[in-house]
Amino acid sequence: MSEGQFPEQLQAAVQRHFGPCAAVAELKALSGGASAETWQFDVMNADARLPLILQRTAGAQQFEASHDRALQGRIQAAAFEGGVPVARVEFIFEDRDGLGNGYVMRRVEGETLGTRILKLPELAQARSEMTKQCGIILARIHALDPASLPPLPIRSAAESLEVIRGIYRRSGAQLPVFELALQWLEDHLPPVAANAVVHGDFRLGNLIVGPDGIRAVLDWEMTHIGDPIEDFGWISVPSWRFGRLDNEVGGFGKLADLAEHYRTFGGRALDMKRVKFWQVLGSLKWGLVCLFFASQYLHGDVRVIERAVIGRRTSETEMDLLSLIREK
Amino acid sequence: MPTNSPTSVELMAAVQEFLRAQLLPRLTGSDKYHLQVSLNALAILAREFAMAGALDDAEQARLHTLLGASGTLEEANRALCARIRERQLTYRNDGLMNHLWQTAIGKMSIDNPRYATYVDAIEG
Repeated sequence: MSEGQFPEQLQAAVQRHFGPCAAVAELKALSGGASAETWQFDVMNADARLPLILQRTAGAQQFEASHDRALQGRIQAAAFEGGVPVARVEFIFEDRDGLGNGYVMRRVEGETLGTRILKLPELAQARSEMTKQCGIILARIHALDPASLPPLPIRSAAESLEVIRGIYRRSGAQLPVFELALQWLEDHLPPVAANAVVHGDFRLGNLIVGPDGIRAVLDWEMTHIGDPIEDFGWISVPSWRFGRLDNEVGGFGKLADLAEHYRTFGGRALDMKRVKFWQVLGSLKWGLVCLFFASQYLHGDVRVIERAVIGRRTSETEMDLLSLIREK
Repeated sequence: MPTNSPTSVELMAAVQEFLRAQLLPRLTGSDKYHLQVSLNALAILAREFAMAGALDDAEQARLHTLLGASGTLEEANRALCARIRERQLTYRNDGLMNHLWQTAIGKMSIDNPRYATYVDAIEG
């Protein structure tokens, strides 16, 4: 797949999907993660303009095994059918498109940066709605019929703990607080849960927010079958509160309120001990991601200063882990 | 070998001042962002220059008490990791928890003294 052909190949794929009169306009690359390539463009068809986003895999090394873009597109499409607010998937690349592994979806306008979502005055109304919206969204995700989705990996709490332990051991790091967190997690492993579809990366940063609230849930690359409470733990990891610790849910809401909304909209009662297990596991995971990013700079080929510096954020998770473990 | 003037601390401060006062205002977009990240890294180093010696000494003294063995800071931390892994020390041990908490506070005072959990801990 040569870069020079990309616009022509996209134009051909767009015509196959939208008809012979469809034309690609305003194609531009967006700053994406190191592992992805993201483009925005419009499709002009007669007088109509359709704003779109394209995502495809560039093939960099990932922290954990995650779904390829095509699979992600299929999960996202199924979530849309299940009533979850997501960007509507227009088409998933086929071999003949020559565009690699990826898909095209509608472009949803809004803010994704956590610090801005928590601060912008024009999002004040949105912030007051978001806890309830998260309750509805999580209830819908967890109610998705696994049979309506592509086959997904099954991962229990015990298996997730083993994955994290393996990543830590292989990293070669010797961090007493991480050892302690692993010990605590072994002792607090919750009983096997009733399985559900778990988003797997549900947090500020992966939610598009407008003045009306949450418009779309992004990033379905870690979606799996497992304990639905994992999603509650991850969105309330202290690192994802962006400095507003009292608002456990993403820095904008209370866990008790989220639990109530979740239940009102069909979810089960929330076991707070189980939430805490996933908060500790999540905090440890984010700490390991920080170490992984730094190693990509130090021992890999990601020459971005931000990657090196983020290694020093590992200590934030050490402190958060100790706080979580110390509190009764 | 003693260095001539300026000291490492003064030299670091001069570099920081040039980057912040003269270069930063002229940059935009991702260059500006990456310079801000670099300035943050230099601020970490400046705090490390100032505080790491005393913090390391205190950590080593606590580790000596906790483990009853001497060695470099790195060796002691490896030994501590092994004790926790083998459950000779657990999260129910107040001495261990106190040591880890003091160490975490020390690291945060260098890495990010504005982090909310740290600010709460030293103010509360």
